[in-house]
This record gives sequence, structure tokens and C-alpha cells, in this order.
Amino acid sequence: MNNTLRTLFRSPKFVIGFTLLLVISTFVIGYPMVNKNDPFEMMGMSYERPSKEYPLGTDNFGRDVLLELSYGARSSLYVGLIAGIVAISIGLAIGLFAGYMGGTVDNILTTVNNMFIVIPSFVILILISISLNNRSSTMVGLIIGFTAWPWTARAVRAQTSSLRLRDHVNIARISGYGVLRIILLEILPYIASYVFMACILQTANGILAEASISMLGLGPFNTISLGTMLNWAIMFEAMGAGAWWAFIPPAGLIACFTFSLFMMNNGMDEIFNPKIRS
Amino acid sequence: MLTLFIALTLNFVLPRMMKGNPVDTIALTLTQGMKDQNQIKQVYETFNKEFGLDKPIWMQFLVYLKNVLRGDLGTSFGQYPKKVGTILANAVPWTLSLQFPAIITGWLIGNFLGAIAAYKRKAFDKLIMPASLAISSFPFFAFAMIMLYVFAVTLHWFPIGGGYGFNLLPSISFEFYASILRHYMLPFMTIVIVMVGGQAIGMRSMAIYELNADYVLYAKLLGVKDNKVIRYVFRNAMLPQITGLALSLGTMVGGALIAEIVFNYPGIGSSLFSAIRQLDYPLISGCTLVVTVAVLTMNFLIEIVYGFLDPRIKMAQLEDK
Repeated sequence: MNNTLRTLFRSPKFVIGFTLLLVISTFVIGYPMVNKNDPFEMMGMSYERPSKEYPLGTDNFGRDVLLELSYGARSSLYVGLIAGIVAISIGLAIGLFAGYMGGTVDNILTTVNNMFIVIPSFVILILISISLNNRSSTMVGLIIGFTAWPWTARAVRAQTSSLRLRDHVNIARISGYGVLRIILLEILPYIASYVFMACILQTANGILAEASISMLGLGPFNTISLGTMLNWAIMFEAMGAGAWWAFIPPAGLIACFTFSLFMMNNGMDEIFNPKIRS
Repeated sequence: MLTLFIALTLNFVLPRMMKGNPVDTIALTLTQGMKDQNQIKQVYETFNKEFGLDKPIWMQFLVYLKNVLRGDLGTSFGQYPKKVGTILANAVPWTLSLQFPAIITGWLIGNFLGAIAAYKRKAFDKLIMPASLAISSFPFFAFAMIMLYVFAVTLHWFPIGGGYGFNLLPSISFEFYASILRHYMLPFMTIVIVMVGGQAIGMRSMAIYELNADYVLYAKLLGVKDNKVIRYVFRNAMLPQITGLALSLGTMVGGALIAEIVFNYPGIGSSLFSAIRQLDYPLISGCTLVVTVAVLTMNFLIEIVYGFLDPRIKMAQLEDK
């Protein structure tokens, strides 16, 4: 384990991604401690230019953008993480089961899976979101995770079905181990690195999905997230007012988040997947 | 077909799962201030009948299926008494003419750049890869906002939004088409750039994977010319990219739809946005339905094209005959 970590930190891509993520996290956790104001409090006029008092100006409600940004990033990351974990859990369960069982079970699950891949998850996301009247951040994360699993399931199934006829799995089967035990002990460890990487990607996608759905006005209620900030900026004509500080920082922060996660994923990919390292 | 059926079912069931039905909400706002009990009752009955809510749920579903097949998507709540079908018929051409060329162009350029990056490596690769990765980290619409701010608001190169100039009426004149074209450029470029980013990354890793394959080494040892080897590699790396296009189409179309809102482009994305703001359920499910059907159709088309391009599938089909 220690060895793997050391190899990871020798990959420049991973280090860049990790550092960036660390910097953002420090800001997200640190800034609210320095600036103890309530992010919802309307302090200034609407769309005030960046100044000493408000380093990134104010938004349409006259709220401090920098402070909002730190709270928004926090809830975006929270939603992303929940979405990532949910998507991975469902995808893993279905993928492992389908891949290991093979035969009819596999066929049925794969067909269902393919259907959900082709139906735009964005559509399901909208349909579920409009049917819920009270959306908390947790709820939004759950919904996103619930629509994002088919990709993971597909990849996990492919890897599992190539593993299931390996000798050590056969031996475990002959020794009379149960299905669950074989899957957990003999197959899961072999795809662990992949699962971890997929989890990072799903989190990144979760952050992007949260931004999109909030942009449509279907985001979490009473919460500042990066997506809702962009939604306000569009609804209240920040563009026409020339208030770049109301939308470029949140847009940039979303990109930084996903960029750092993509970079980490890419760096890990090169290590665990020697073929593309060359 | 089965997928389509399931998509339709989801489209029907999900909005109906919500607490409190939307028709009640509308009827409630209409009956506010009305004192006469009979009149209130009448309003409710009219609405329930109009939206078919007086029948059992399975009947509603059958009616819904029948209507959808006839192209009748119901009546909009927000823009009552306009039909959802009419609203969508106005929006679809805009979205289609924007997204279809943009996605294809972006896909082609992206694959080309990715293949070059994989083959040349070195400086070129070092430049293109991080750039692509950075671009594809932006959600479509956030990138659209930045593009709009830089090129339209600050530099005034392009108009700020809409499908055509405010002062023009749709007509068959040179001026009108020129205006459409000017409004078209920025959304088009945004979608292309974001597409290029994502595709270049995918193609690069595919091409590197192929470059390491045994047949490349074998061809090189045989002394086959570089150009020819690249062509083999490109063709082999292309196939998974086509599948990738089919699989990620839904996400891409969704992203581009939201970008429409930023540009205030009169397509489905903008209709969806205003429908969500007004809680116009029939219009929302009309939009999602159109998007789903479009994506499924495209998928089907891509599968057919794939059959032509992949020699293995072509062989299998020939053998069947």
C-alpha cells in the first residue's frame, strides 16, 4: 500500500491534480473560518465591483461572492461525493453480479444496463427532480448517483467476466465458497484500482451533473452550490450587467474541481494500466 | 423498441409520482376568489377531463401511449391553450440544426487531433492533452457563459443571444438569414470546442493502445511505410470511438441543451428551461420525450453506420446470407 502511494506521488499528473484539489479544499474549509459572515446575508448593493471589502464583488442579492463561493464549493463537492459513492455502489453490485453469474442473469442485467446507458441520464435526472418537491443536497446527490451507475456497471461487468474463469476463482468455487464470498474476496480485490478510479470519475461527473441540474433550476433548495450561483447569474442578467465576477469564478471553480479529479484519474490510469504509459 | 417503451413509461410514471398533482395546483390558482362551490367543482372537472385524470392509471397510460404515437403531446400549462406539439415543432429545427453539425464537426476534429497527439507525442501531445482535459472539465454551459462574456459582451464580435436579431421578423430575406448565421456562430463554436476536448482525450488513449499492439510492431518490422501503419491504427482506434459517440450522445445532447439557455437560443433547451420555471409538466415531459426519441434514433443510425465500417460485422452479415 505504502509502495503504491509512493509510485502515485511520482506521477506528475497525479501530483498536479492532488495539489489542486488540496488547494481548493483548504480554501473551502479555511475561508469560512476567516470570514465568519453568513453567506446568505445581503451585505452590499447588487453587483458591486470587486473591492477590498468584497474581494470578488457581490452578486445580484448583494451577497459576498467569495464567501458564497466557499460554501458553494463545499456543497458541490458534497453532492459530487454522494453521487459518486451511490453510482459506484449500484454499478459495482450489478456489474459484479452480472459478470460473475454469467448466462441468463448476465444477459438480462446487461440488456437492462444497455437500456439505461442509451436513455439520456439527463432526462431521467430532470424527470425525477421535478417530481420531488423538497430537494436537499443529499437528495440531489442520491438522484444523480442513481442515474449515473450504468457506465460503471458496464465496465465492472466486463472486467469481472474476464476474471471469473481464472484459476484462483475456480479453486475457490471447488472449495465450496459461497457466491458472495468469492465475489468479495477473489474478484473485488483484482478490480479495486479500477473501482477507485471510477469513483473519482463519478465524483467529477456528479459535480458536473449538479451544476447542470441546478442551472436548470432543479438544484437543492436553500443551499448555495456552484450550479445555483450560475443559475442566479443567468436569471438576474449578470451577463448584461457586465458582472463577470458573478459567474466566472463559480464556472472556473467547477472546472478546477473536475480538472483536478480528471488529472488524478489520468495519473493513476497510467500507473495501473502500463499499456498506455509506453 | 423495448428501450423506447421503457423510456415512454418512465416519462409517464415519474412526473406522476410527485406529491399533489399539478392540475390541482393550477385549478387552485384559478378558483381562488371564487365563492360558488358548484363553479369550483366545475373547474376541477373540466381540467381533470381535459388532462384525462378522471380515468384509472392504466387507462391514462394507454391514452398517453396512443396520443404520443399520434404525435399529440397534450396541452401546455404555462402557455395554455397552446399545444405542446406546436411549441416543440418551433423549437426542434433550431436545436437540430445547431447540435447535429456541431457534434459531428467536433467529433471529427477531436479524433483527428487525438490521433496526431498519440502519434507525434512530445511537445504537441504535451500541449493538446492538458488543453483538452481542461476544456472538458468545464460543464458545457459554464464554458458557454465564458465564451459569451468574452466574445459577445466584451469584444462585441457576436450578438449576445437569441436565434436572430430582435428587430427582425422571420422572413425569407438575405438580412434574416445573415442574422441567423451571426447568432449561430458562437453556440456552434462552443459545442465544437467542448466536443473536441473530450474526443481528443478518448482518441489519444485509443490510438496509443493500438500503437502498442503487436500488429503495429509486426508491420514496422516488415518495413511497411509509416503512413500506412498510421492508417491501420487510425481505423482500428476509430471503431471504439464510434461506439463511444453513441454511448455518450445523451450526455452531450443534454449538455448542449443547457448551453442553449445561456445563449437564449430558441431551441428545446430554452423551452425546457421556461417550462421548468413555470412547472409546465406537459411541456417538460414533451421536451424530455423528444430528446429521448432523438437520442435513441441517432443511436440506431450510428449502429447501422458501424455495421458498414466494421469489417467483422459486415462479414458476419454476409455469412448469414
